[in-house]
Amino acid sequence: MTKVFRRLAEGDLGVVRVILVIALIWIYFQANNSHFLTAVNLTNLTLQTAGLGMISVGVVLVLLLGEIDLSVGAVSGLAGAVVAVLNVKHGWAAAPAILAGIAVGAAIGGAQGAIFAKIGVPSFVVTLAGLLAWQGMLLVVLGKTGTVNITDPGIVDLANKFFSHAIGWIVAVGVVAAYAASNLSRRRRRQAANLPVPSLVAVAVRIGLVAAVTFAAILVFNADRGLPLAVVILLGFVIVFDAITLRTVWGRHIFAVGGNAEAARRAGIKVDRIRIGVFALASALAGCGGILLASRLLAVNQSSGGSDTLLLAIAGPVIAGTSLFGGRGSIWSAVLGAVVIGSITNGIDLLSYPSSTRLLVTGAVLLAAVIIDALTSKRRRAVGR
Amino acid sequence: MTQLFSVRGFSKHFGAVAALEDVDFEVEAGEVVALVGDNGAGKSTLIKALSGIQPADEGEAFFDGEPVSLKSPQDASTLGIATVYQDLALSDNLDVVANLFLGREIVTSRIDPRLDETTMEERSTDLLSTLSVHLRSLRAVAGSLSGGQRQSVAIARSLLGDPRVVLLDEPTAALGVAQTAQVLDLIKRLRERGLGVVVISHNLADVFQVADRIVVLRLGRRVGTFDRTASQDRVVSAITGVEVEEEAK
Repeated sequence: MTKVFRRLAEGDLGVVRVILVIALIWIYFQANNSHFLTAVNLTNLTLQTAGLGMISVGVVLVLLLGEIDLSVGAVSGLAGAVVAVLNVKHGWAAAPAILAGIAVGAAIGGAQGAIFAKIGVPSFVVTLAGLLAWQGMLLVVLGKTGTVNITDPGIVDLANKFFSHAIGWIVAVGVVAAYAASNLSRRRRRQAANLPVPSLVAVAVRIGLVAAVTFAAILVFNADRGLPLAVVILLGFVIVFDAITLRTVWGRHIFAVGGNAEAARRAGIKVDRIRIGVFALASALAGCGGILLASRLLAVNQSSGGSDTLLLAIAGPVIAGTSLFGGRGSIWSAVLGAVVIGSITNGIDLLSYPSSTRLLVTGAVLLAAVIIDALTSKRRRAVGR
Repeated sequence: MTQLFSVRGFSKHFGAVAALEDVDFEVEAGEVVALVGDNGAGKSTLIKALSGIQPADEGEAFFDGEPVSLKSPQDASTLGIATVYQDLALSDNLDVVANLFLGREIVTSRIDPRLDETTMEERSTDLLSTLSVHLRSLRAVAGSLSGGQRQSVAIARSLLGDPRVVLLDEPTAALGVAQTAQVLDLIKRLRERGLGVVVISHNLADVFQVADRIVVLRLGRRVGTFDRTASQDRVVSAITGVEVEEEAK
């Protein structure tokens, strides 16, 4: 038990810490409004979270590099607008319009990444310029009407479709089975190679926890309208990008560049190529997030991707433990951070507090998260780890 | 027997400043050569020229007696020359296995792009145990290792490419007594493996412990060569330039 506390204090168990924070927030709101922990509200909470969480997945990639992308909000709005205008005004089908929106995001990111990596303009400045420029481009794309309403089910369904109970359970069982299989096969491979392995009990506990959370979520969704498509999309992206960052050479090189760019260069890693790729991917993901947000709003307007989208998309992963200084963090922090921010927003709306309270509380949580991160990493250094 | 690796007449100028002036240098297989000199004597410039990071302006290089080109880090690594840099060797946020294989990761198969962590960890275990480097866990991040352990991992890392010459830039700088001994032992094991080892060092006590030969640079020129039986005073006077004429080779 003391070991668990020590690891918490040294910041090893970042995920556990965020889950504790989420639990505290939920308990507080439930105590003040018994409507908070109902199936309907929790489903709404996940729908509100999905678009922001998707943008944050890209933000995590950029943060892992030790860089920042201030244009993700504006790019998300622009990509949503491109999709809506192509679909509504030019009669494109949903799928090609969506691909075009994502491609616009990727092209923007690639260009910003190239200016940063090849010319050496700090990413902060390049993407700050992008933030302004792409907001202007949003107005150009929307034209005189200003607002474009979306009715094509191919786009609307993204954030408004729910799966039947049976499909929900099939997905849940599939996810848990795949998680269990990958854990057990990794353990078996290590055992075959005579490497140290975690005890079977530890592996079983981990699989059990994942199963409990997954099945609980499906129970909640099925008590309302069913498993939302938006949740499947977001978690699909998170699982894929988590695997890319942790299990592929490219992902390993992102961490290496973020940790020590010069060491990475001397190890023969093409640092520029990694940087450009990450910026392109982050903007493409911002585009995906913008499309989810447009689908949920059923429209794109002149403030899409504006106001606090950018700041919340960066605050989320940082609250959930991804370092601003590069090389440390996880794709899951995108989801967990979005859930923290979404819970605060949702709960404060339920209690009908003014939005001033929401901003103040979110700001305080972000500050607390960064302070805890600074203290734990100081402690980690102090104990020589 | 032909020399493993040698250079003739290496010169390097930065504007009007001559950092290296007509320097010859050579290392045999199974030999530890120490490169010593005061600050600004040209040690780092020579190492950078030997490793291709900052090629020499003039001079010829020979590997196994054959003339070779040393114009880029790729040239050096193709020849089998590995370099271990003073502070830039490891990524603190990656674990030991990831650091050892950084830039030459093993993947499961050509169609499965996932990292083959099991094989990498196995090979890491083997490599570190043949070098008698003992770590608590290969999955600890490099930032959590002691200075001596970090340096050992950095040296082990350079061996993964099966080099024939290893250049070590200040391997014992900023290390404690026990850790220095650990790294010096490791250098001796490199010699036992038949590698040519070049060590830059400020610390003459360390140099006399491991080096078979000591090459002294001063103001960009090679001013002396000593074997390990030489007195420390004579080496010091070569480094500082006092009475250097009679000490020179």
